Amino acid sequence: MPTQPNNSQDVDIEFRGVTKRFADVVAVDDVSISVERGSFFSFLGPSGCGKTTSLRLIAGFEQPTAGDVMIGGRSVVGVPPFKRPVNMVFQHYALFPHFTVADNIGYGLRQQKPRPDKQEIARRVGETLELVRLDGYERRRIWELSGGQQQRVALARALINRPTVLLLDEPLAALDRKLRQEMQIELQTLQRDVGITFVLVTHDQEEALSMSDTICIMHEGHIVQIGEPRQLYDDPINHYVADFVGKSNFFWGTVEEVNGAVAAVTIDSGLKLSGRLPKGGRSLSPGDSAAIAVRPEVVLIGRPGAEALAATDVRAPARIKNRIFLGEQTEYLVAAERLGDVLVLSSKHNETVTGRLSTGDSVEIGWRTESTLALEKT
Amino acid sequence: MAATQTTNGPRKRVTAMLLLPTTLWFLLLLVMPLVVITVYSLGERAPAGGYQPALTLAQYANLPARLKAFTNTLTLAPLGTLICLLIAYPLAYFLALKASRRTKAFLLTLVIVPFWTSFLIRTYAWIYILGGRGIPRLLEMIGIEDLRLINTPTAVLIGIVYGYLPLMVFPIYVSLEKLDKSLLEASNDLGANPIRTFFQVTLPLSAPGLITGSLLVFILLMGEYLIPALLGGGKVFFVGNALVDLFLQSRNWPFGSAVALTLVGIMLVAITLYLSLLGRQRRHQDVSIL
Repeated sequence: MPTQPNNSQDVDIEFRGVTKRFADVVAVDDVSISVERGSFFSFLGPSGCGKTTSLRLIAGFEQPTAGDVMIGGRSVVGVPPFKRPVNMVFQHYALFPHFTVADNIGYGLRQQKPRPDKQEIARRVGETLELVRLDGYERRRIWELSGGQQQRVALARALINRPTVLLLDEPLAALDRKLRQEMQIELQTLQRDVGITFVLVTHDQEEALSMSDTICIMHEGHIVQIGEPRQLYDDPINHYVADFVGKSNFFWGTVEEVNGAVAAVTIDSGLKLSGRLPKGGRSLSPGDSAAIAVRPEVVLIGRPGAEALAATDVRAPARIKNRIFLGEQTEYLVAAERLGDVLVLSSKHNETVTGRLSTGDSVEIGWRTESTLALEKT
Repeated sequence: MAATQTTNGPRKRVTAMLLLPTTLWFLLLLVMPLVVITVYSLGERAPAGGYQPALTLAQYANLPARLKAFTNTLTLAPLGTLICLLIAYPLAYFLALKASRRTKAFLLTLVIVPFWTSFLIRTYAWIYILGGRGIPRLLEMIGIEDLRLINTPTAVLIGIVYGYLPLMVFPIYVSLEKLDKSLLEASNDLGANPIRTFFQVTLPLSAPGLITGSLLVFILLMGEYLIPALLGGGKVFFVGNALVDLFLQSRNWPFGSAVALTLVGIMLVAITLYLSLLGRQRRHQDVSIL
């Protein structure tokens, strides 16, 4: 195969200009990605962005309209799901209700040719159950299990086949918050232990940020940005990414001038704000519509004239409209002069300096330009 | 008793009242007739026909005289059920899993439309289709001659499949429709090709519909009268036809009662066997396939 890339040993999944069209809807539009062997890769985006279709293209439930899908350096276009070296954990687990836990997990092994003998299957089912910490559950029926346990059975059923890639379709969506956080840690540990490439689809940014090595943010069938979680958080290339990953205050306006890596934007109230251009983003030109994005945690809050605010570049008097106590942090919604409503996240430590702030208090907010971004819309 | 009268009291009374009509129906129209024909079957035929009291098993000893009716019923009813099943399953499968919404609605209507006309008239129509000027005439044109359909077991089977197919299609369709399609994808994903997926996932999970449909068709077929009477023309007759003959023509009520009770007995045994056989297989599956 002359077109094979020279780094094919390190790449488990590759999309080359993949497009998937359903009737008149383009679900995935000219997408090219490569997923490194042994990494934890996530597709992140709202429903309808093409992330699930991308996953189904890897699994083989869909075939691309154009482009090439490759697994382990080999094109799998036209290869049916049952011949692909990948396994999937379905959103609602899709466990077989007429089988026991052991029979569900052993299902993949029973399809192999030659079929392993019964002792071998039983041994590996036991092993895999241990891996997902469900030892002794062989004889249970699916409906006797809790949501979290079903989740583990689904994981075990996929992992026992030692797939090249494990696909996870919103695997934690059906679990409650506490269980979801536990499973996030468990999935990460599991991935490190088995060393298999994981590809996750999720609409939950927290889930993607906490588990992934690489995140691919999608929008209407296109890739918007691919990067490490930290990179997406610190340098979102546009408003869409910044809005999807974490919280931000956005002040919309028109670009006044671009000076190196800093853009000055006149916001709708007439105030002039500056922000850093994100690395990897497209450059802005004067006249463009843009937003200055300010993360709530970089906004400082204090009593008017507070010393802590002296080092800030932008300052505005404000009044506290709402205060939400989050334990370690406190979230304030303030109405600031010429800025409008601004979300501020203040640490508990900060409160020891400023004193306790309550709803209705007059305060001053401010931030440093270097910790804000100037972003285009999409 | 007044002390035990709790809020459950009125509720129980309402339940009892709601069940009263069914209970009366059950007693009057099922239990009583059954008692009556049991008594009749032990009696003797009155000289002028009908029943006269006696206590004898002579009627049961005489059963072999209607052996043909029993063998016909016991071969054609299961065979008809099986053929219905084999035709209905692929149709229901297509409707539930493959057809687009519009095709599905159209085909389901086609399955239902025949019910708008009386079953009797539709079966009459088959007399013409299977008779000398129907299908045999068409076959003559392409060189197949001397084929007789009407008044043969084949004609009865065709009538049975025609009449009972919808009763088989619907329960299977419903069970396949309810089937979670992601289970089929999961099976595919885990390495099972479509054929293995069918036998390991689709078929076992549609078993309830399959069992319901088979029982429904089989039970009704055991008592079938109309199709053999019209399409079997007195040559292929079921127990049902024998009963009409015994009660209305020869007015031998005791013998008719014995035949009827025997049919009920055979049906009970057959259904019990069928269900316990299925049950054993499913229990076996429950234990483990490993």
